[in-house]
Amino acid sequence: MKLDLKKKKLREINNTLQNLDNKKNDRDFVIINPEGSHALCAGLDQEMKVLIKGHVGYYCAGMNQKAHITIDGNVGTGVAENMMSGTVHVKGNASQSAGATAHGGLLVIDGDASSRCGISMKGVDIVVKGSVGHMSAFMAQSGTMLVCGDAGEALGDSLYETDIFVKGSVKSLGADCIEKKIEKKHLNKISALLKKSEIKNIKPDSFKRYGSARKLYNFNIDNVSSY
Amino acid sequence: MCGIVGIYLKTKKFEKNLGKMLSGMINNMESRGPDSAGFAIYKDEAKKVYKFSLCINDLNFNKFKKEISKKLKKAKLTQISDHVILKTLEQPKKVIEIINSNFPKVSIVGYGRSIEIFKQVGNPKDVAKKFKLDSFSGTHGIGHTRMATESAITTDGSHPYSTGEDECLVHNGSLSNHNNLRRELTKKGNVFNSENDTEVAAGYVSNSLSNNKSLKDTLTSGLKDLDGFYTFIAGTRKGFAVVRDEIACKPAVIAETKNYVAIASEFQAMAHLPDVNSAKIFEPEPGIVYSWGN
Repeated sequence: MKLDLKKKKLREINNTLQNLDNKKNDRDFVIINPEGSHALCAGLDQEMKVLIKGHVGYYCAGMNQKAHITIDGNVGTGVAENMMSGTVHVKGNASQSAGATAHGGLLVIDGDASSRCGISMKGVDIVVKGSVGHMSAFMAQSGTMLVCGDAGEALGDSLYETDIFVKGSVKSLGADCIEKKIEKKHLNKISALLKKSEIKNIKPDSFKRYGSARKLYNFNIDNVSSY
Repeated sequence: MCGIVGIYLKTKKFEKNLGKMLSGMINNMESRGPDSAGFAIYKDEAKKVYKFSLCINDLNFNKFKKEISKKLKKAKLTQISDHVILKTLEQPKKVIEIINSNFPKVSIVGYGRSIEIFKQVGNPKDVAKKFKLDSFSGTHGIGHTRMATESAITTDGSHPYSTGEDECLVHNGSLSNHNNLRRELTKKGNVFNSENDTEVAAGYVSNSLSNNKSLKDTLTSGLKDLDGFYTFIAGTRKGFAVVRDEIACKPAVIAETKNYVAIASEFQAMAHLPDVNSAKIFEPEPGIVYSWGN
């Protein structure tokens, strides 16, 4: 079904997608003329496919559950923020805080993601084919972040148990984030993510792994300057 | 919050549509700043002609025209709402002195050989309509929609700020060291007309440009001297630049085609621009100055 934002209001379109009839099988949607609208496809909670043709604004596909959303364009701040499950695929670049606080599902960004990508992520898998900006994976708790390009300053600052894999260079690591050894299970994880995001020609062992040094977990007076 | 927009034409193709393109951008940024709006348009005048953008407030235009014509011979005046564009061959210093000493109700919004500035309180759509922005042509333009935070909703508190010949600056964010910087710049001879933080940033740019620094170098050194959150768009007669502070909480997106470069707080602002869907769209990186022209 085609949904045109020039003909229908944003709220109408979101309402349609948020309230699909469980008995109907028409679950393929194409949204045209998004023109930078905010909160498009936020709060979807059923199995469906949505293709957005064009650039969108803030919080696109926020809180997503089960839906598979593709954006054929760039996205603004907070794409797939607090996603629970499903997939969000951005074919262009993403602005800041992509995948913020997301609990599950898969977020794939074909271009670059800017600052604070995966901030406070709680279980989502994020794959960025380009580079990520500063403070990415800040306070990241669990899940995996795979970056095929470079990472900006203070990667993984104050992170908990998220695994970060970066192929390119890292400008600097944040407090308590260190490079760690890659083991077989990590290579398997990378392979699976590369496959899921349809990335070929990149070898799993070309990534470096970063994680928490776990020194900031409990208060220690010696670390006071890092808190 | 605030919305900032700007457009710089790389070719002559859209010169006649510049006003229309900019007004669409301002209208779309109403949600980020409903309190006041303003814009600067650059369009070169014949040699030696200076343009003054004046806000005459509630002064009667005909009376003002009559009185100023006595002091400035051969001045040409055009009224657009409560703003007047005064064109003259006289030197700026003399014109400013005449206006300030004879017309206390008139404020000089900006001046130069290319710039025209209009700003007023009210909804951005109404402000753009009132000043007939759609009808303007030019080479580049900058606009602002304001959500007032640190100073009152007044014409003086509206953007763009122009503190030097053909210069202007719009700002999304807030500065934390503007009072200190204002004192320092006042000592160096800058004059400020409001309590607004952005006017201080504009004064900083003017001061640096008057010391023969380029716009790019000025904004680069501004990254050290201006403390706070900001995305700035600055314009000069031949150039245009954008910079975000190093933390980059304030948004900005750039769309570049072979004919123009557009900058806005959100993509929404430029969704109506020609060929925008095939433009190169990217987010300016924190702490890096992007500039076009000279």
